[in-house]
Amino acid sequence: MGQAILQVDNVDLGYGTLKVVFGASLHVSRGELVGLVGGNGSGKSTILRAISGMIAPWSGRIMFDGEEVKGARPHQMARKGLAHVPMGRQLFPNMSVRENLMLGAFLPEAKAARDENMAKVETLFPDLVRYANAMAGQLSGGQQQMVAIARALMLGPKMLIMDEPSLGLSPLFVKEVMAAIRRVAETGLPILLVEQNVKQVLAVSHRVYVLENGRQVLDGPSKELQGHPMIRKAYLGL
Amino acid sequence: MAGLDIFLQNVANGVLIGGVYALIGIGLTLVFGVMRTINFAHGDFVVLGMYSAVLFNALLGWDPYLSLLLAMPIGFFAGVIVERFILSRVIDAPPESALLATLGISLIIGNTILLTFGGEPRSVQVSYASSTLSIAGVNVSMVLLLAGIATVIMIGALYTLLNRTEVGRAIRGTAENRLGAELVGIDTRRIHSIVFGLGVMLAVMAGVTLIPLLFATPTNTGAVFTLKAFVVTVLGGLGNVGAAIAGGILLGVVEVLGASYFMSEYREAYGLIAFLLILLFRPEGLFGRTVKRV
Ligand SMILES: Nc1ncnc2c1ncn2[C@@H]1O[C@H](COP(=O)(O)OP(=O)(O)OP(=O)(O)O)[C@@H](O)[C@H]1O
Ligand SMILES: [Mg+2]
Repeated sequence: MGQAILQVDNVDLGYGTLKVVFGASLHVSRGELVGLVGGNGSGKSTILRAISGMIAPWSGRIMFDGEEVKGARPHQMARKGLAHVPMGRQLFPNMSVRENLMLGAFLPEAKAARDENMAKVETLFPDLVRYANAMAGQLSGGQQQMVAIARALMLGPKMLIMDEPSLGLSPLFVKEVMAAIRRVAETGLPILLVEQNVKQVLAVSHRVYVLENGRQVLDGPSKELQGHPMIRKAYLGL
Repeated sequence: MAGLDIFLQNVANGVLIGGVYALIGIGLTLVFGVMRTINFAHGDFVVLGMYSAVLFNALLGWDPYLSLLLAMPIGFFAGVIVERFILSRVIDAPPESALLATLGISLIIGNTILLTFGGEPRSVQVSYASSTLSIAGVNVSMVLLLAGIATVIMIGALYTLLNRTEVGRAIRGTAENRLGAELVGIDTRRIHSIVFGLGVMLAVMAGVTLIPLLFATPTNTGAVFTLKAFVVTVLGGLGNVGAAIAGGILLGVVEVLGASYFMSEYREAYGLIAFLLILLFRPEGLFGRTVKRV
């Protein structure tokens, strides 16, 4: 797996004295859209938090772009080229959409490529142009999610990780957000997508990891897993 | 006619002193807005400014405004150090830890000054203490006018910093959403240090400009100014810089008018009464958006 942009090797994760993820391993190769699915509290967000430096692994290691990340904080991971679209979007609510995107290009390298990235973002999310001057906090959940993804892209990242972008959205918006994610993936940007909406993830991703109670129980190409009896039973309700 | 003149003069004095209160309030509100911590030592940093002017005056005969050139950067770095070595360790703990930490800092500052300077009230006599300038028929005290000019310059500089610079954008982003800021690459711990440094710098500056006007004591004066800072920010709505300016000016005018038309020894009380009344009728503050706890 020489060209994996992200490699998580056998990590244990937890909070305080409570271990919640047991020996998780996963990788994302360049150009891949990989899903990470599992029920409530199965540890998906915890894994993303560890990848972007919000919490440190208890054991195991995380490699990003060829080097081990150890003790890096989130802003340092951003500097290395990791963009994280967190749960709940975490926009700057009293700033305009444009200001949110500008802050997305806060780092010097991102600033140098700001106009270029802005143009890319505008072709990926043509609607953004319409509400560029609106306060981010005033947008609908679906629009906010688009802004959150767009802001992450303004970093000019090497990889994108996303935590439940469809959470709390109406079915129509879920479709739109998923279509947007697919468009982003088609630009070649590697993506790790955390979702509870297994059906949608299987439809857009190349591969999927399934997590249950902090343990990996299944992984493989999405096409194959679509027909897997366990997936059909537990997640697709078939 | 004479009544009107006196009224206008009082209002002018109130606005000018209120500008200094605004500086104090902005410091508190900025720290709260970004760090979500109420700094109970804020008034003690004001007093630290006052005593720095006392010190430079006693040792070198410096005018307070000359001391300011040194006191402001020292205040900034003192704030950065306090944040880095004390507050940053408790900022992610439950909120009462940071609160208690600032209370501890307040005790340390007050008592260190007490040990160094003794308890007797101190001030700085300036040669222009009783000079006045007549502007459009209103006599304005020179000391207050200088304080007003310093305030306007400082608020202008702060506005430019917050709205026109990279650091300013990073500060506003961190205030709006710390995690979001961190994820776009902003080192929010560094921003916390800078903001606390700015808060202390503003407090110190206010202290230096006020010292020709009053007598300071090591521990009491700090408590008085912490209280004033609360009044100013709560009048305006905590976490909002523009509102702190309005709150400061309002407090200054209420105090001066109260003191000159009612009993002057209750000067501090008028501000508190206004504070209570406003909270009774508008709990979210005069310009209140309510502040969300994160
Ligand atoms: N900050 C925290 N402190 C303590 N425990 C936590 C914290 N965050 C999560 N947990 C616990 O860790 C476990 C995994 O949580 P995590 O948020 O990673 O799950 P998830 O798969 O993202 O779930 P969801 O789909 O509900 O978002 C849960 O049992 C949760 O209660
Ligand atoms: Mg989660």
